[in-house]
Amino acid sequence: MQIPYEVTARPDTGVNNAKLGIWLFLASEVMLFGGLFAAYVFLRIGADAWPGMMVYGTEMMAERADEILNVPLATLNTMILIASSVTMVMSWAALKMDRFDRYKLYMGLTILLALGFLVVKAFEYGDKFDHHWYASTNNFLGIYFVLTGLHAIHVTGGIVLNAYFWGPGTKLWKRGTPRDKAHFTNRIEVAGLYWHFVDLVWIFLFPMIYLI
Amino acid sequence: MADDHSHSDHQEGFWSKYWFSTDHKVIGIQYGITAMLFLLFGFGLMLLMRWQLASPGVEIPLLGALTPEMYNQFGAMHGTIMVFLGVVPLAVGAFGNYVVPLQIGAPDMAFPRLNMASYHVYFWGGVVMLASFFVPEGAAKSGWTSYPPLANIETMGQTMWLWGMVLLITSSLLGAVNFLVTIIQLRTEGMTYFKMPFFVWAQFVTAFLLLLAFPPLEAAGFLQLADRLLGTSFFMPSGLVTAEGPLEVAGGGSPLLWQHLFWFLAHPEVYVLILPAMGIVAEVLANNTRKPLWGYKLMVYSVIFLGFMSFIVWAHHMFITGMGTAISAFFQVTTMIISIPSVVILSALFITLFGGSIRFNTAMWFALGFIPMFGIGGLTGLPLGLAPTDIPLHDTYYVIGHFHYVVAPGTIFALFAGIYYWYPKVTGRTMNETLGRIHFWGSMIAMNGIFLPMLHQGMVGMSRRLFDGGLTYSFTEGVIHYNSVMAVSAFVLLLFQLPFIYNFLTSIKWGRKVTKSNYWEATTLEWSAAPTPPVGHGNFATIPTVYHGPYEYSVPGHELDYCPQEVPIQLPDVADQTVEP
Repeated sequence: MQIPYEVTARPDTGVNNAKLGIWLFLASEVMLFGGLFAAYVFLRIGADAWPGMMVYGTEMMAERADEILNVPLATLNTMILIASSVTMVMSWAALKMDRFDRYKLYMGLTILLALGFLVVKAFEYGDKFDHHWYASTNNFLGIYFVLTGLHAIHVTGGIVLNAYFWGPGTKLWKRGTPRDKAHFTNRIEVAGLYWHFVDLVWIFLFPMIYLI
Repeated sequence: MADDHSHSDHQEGFWSKYWFSTDHKVIGIQYGITAMLFLLFGFGLMLLMRWQLASPGVEIPLLGALTPEMYNQFGAMHGTIMVFLGVVPLAVGAFGNYVVPLQIGAPDMAFPRLNMASYHVYFWGGVVMLASFFVPEGAAKSGWTSYPPLANIETMGQTMWLWGMVLLITSSLLGAVNFLVTIIQLRTEGMTYFKMPFFVWAQFVTAFLLLLAFPPLEAAGFLQLADRLLGTSFFMPSGLVTAEGPLEVAGGGSPLLWQHLFWFLAHPEVYVLILPAMGIVAEVLANNTRKPLWGYKLMVYSVIFLGFMSFIVWAHHMFITGMGTAISAFFQVTTMIISIPSVVILSALFITLFGGSIRFNTAMWFALGFIPMFGIGGLTGLPLGLAPTDIPLHDTYYVIGHFHYVVAPGTIFALFAGIYYWYPKVTGRTMNETLGRIHFWGSMIAMNGIFLPMLHQGMVGMSRRLFDGGLTYSFTEGVIHYNSVMAVSAFVLLLFQLPFIYNFLTSIKWGRKVTKSNYWEATTLEWSAAPTPPVGHGNFATIPTVYHGPYEYSVPGHELDYCPQEVPIQLPDVADQTVEP
């Protein structure tokens, strides 16, 4: 049994199954993060001060988010993620040009950059914990940890996915028929769409939490 | 992203064939069986609650007298199980999975392994929900809506509820993507959107609702988990005091935030419950009236509009929260607007009956029962959609009566119609008609015996949350004896499910064998082009091509009273029939 349009695009819709599937999945992801962004707005509108009290039951107040969060580190992380999006596209383009060695290089770079993002994030979290600032401290830190945490989970998911396509997943390409190669290239494109989305979420998160 | 394996030519073991199957038909059956067991279980919880309400404190055999904590658990879990583990998986997971690929001429769903994953995640979500009864202090007790701050300070069962919901939401997300891609990509040649059966349209819109409405609840679930596990205060206002003194939380959160996020899902969820049911009823009605569905295109446009509108009506559940009259006014208007497409669809179904030569079989009886029952459910909803009438009715039994008319004798009747209608398709044998009619009439009378008194009790003002059935309030005096009527009706309802269960189980082996593949003489592909019972993975011997719309019954001049979609309509030469001018 063969499922139609697994590799080739359906003429009247112009896409193959996986690509349509990932777009629909991303639509639901928009609603997931959209729900959390809406919660952020709702909480901030209702708050007396934002970020507000930093130590439970005492007077320590923060007037601006950058008194608490590390904007330079987050800017660095933004750059890292954008760079990883670029290498992700390059890895796909390499497959299109039938340059498997280049694919391995660029996909490897994508994975390393993503790991770099998580390392920087871990330093940021560690700094908060050193100050005894936890999710329970106030709603600003609560929504900060939930949003960036959920984003970090998405980054981790992307790393697992990309690592699979860097290592064991390449078996499909190595089978070598044009169809298999096209199939593998499609998979990288789909993984890329997901990766760009994760990048895009951060592009929204960064100004919303750190800057305004 | 499945590898291209051939599934058909090798022998499969029991586990891979029935448990880890990637065949949409097997997965549909898995969903069906699991969901029906959950429906039975949720019904059992309801029986215990009805016993308690009719005779507070009287011991139940084997279980003893209910405590208020148990009653609250049963209430919360009855709602959760019926909606998320019973009706939706049966309507979407079972019927959608089994019927949609067959009706659009597809060999399977677009992502068979994702389909399998979707069932397994659902199954484990159900296991987590059931397991929550056995953790210290029992399952969730804050109602199926889990309103904070009460839900935030509840016992461990609430955390289990949230994890269970995360799994169920993930499952329905996987399913929704799969349904949408299948319907968009795998329609066979000639199956344009407006040649799809109405059932497929209903599933299509339902999948969009599941895709886009569930994630905000997942977001809310994460926030409540953070409140419970990390000590955040997203839903905790400042200065909360419980019996143990002030709560040690930062505060500054908003319980209303949960309600907004919850109802942003839960209102579309109501349409997830009802649209597949309308789809099933449309199929059964067209087939058994031997007429085209009246206003097919109108129904399709209505169902699309309904899906869209269902995203902007959610706050009509929140009129008494004090969110402000301007917001209330907006949501009253949208609520009144959304009632229009529902009425259009119901009217179209009703008009379909006009002038038909109706075949009365059990499936048809249930479909016919659906129309007035859903009608009552819909009409009793109007006073709840307007703030002035909602305020006195809110949180009374009137709401329970309204909602159950929509879902119990509404959706569940439609699901029964679907079971009787497609049973021969799945098993190659028919269910017993006599037992079917006993099942129908018994259920019809008993269901009304349960839900009609609720409407009156609610209008008198009886709260929906009373453990003693309203004994402590003097104003319930005139209506409190209804509790006995309802309890008896509930047990009668159980009694009348026995013929169904017996019929369902024994017909698999001893039912009358189906003699021809297109048993109901239907026009849609699942009957006309696919063999009955189905053979193996892949559905069709050759993938059919579709030539005309789905409901070409009784075409004038055609020799048969049905024209299958994959056979071009050939009328006798028109020249022979020229009429004198």
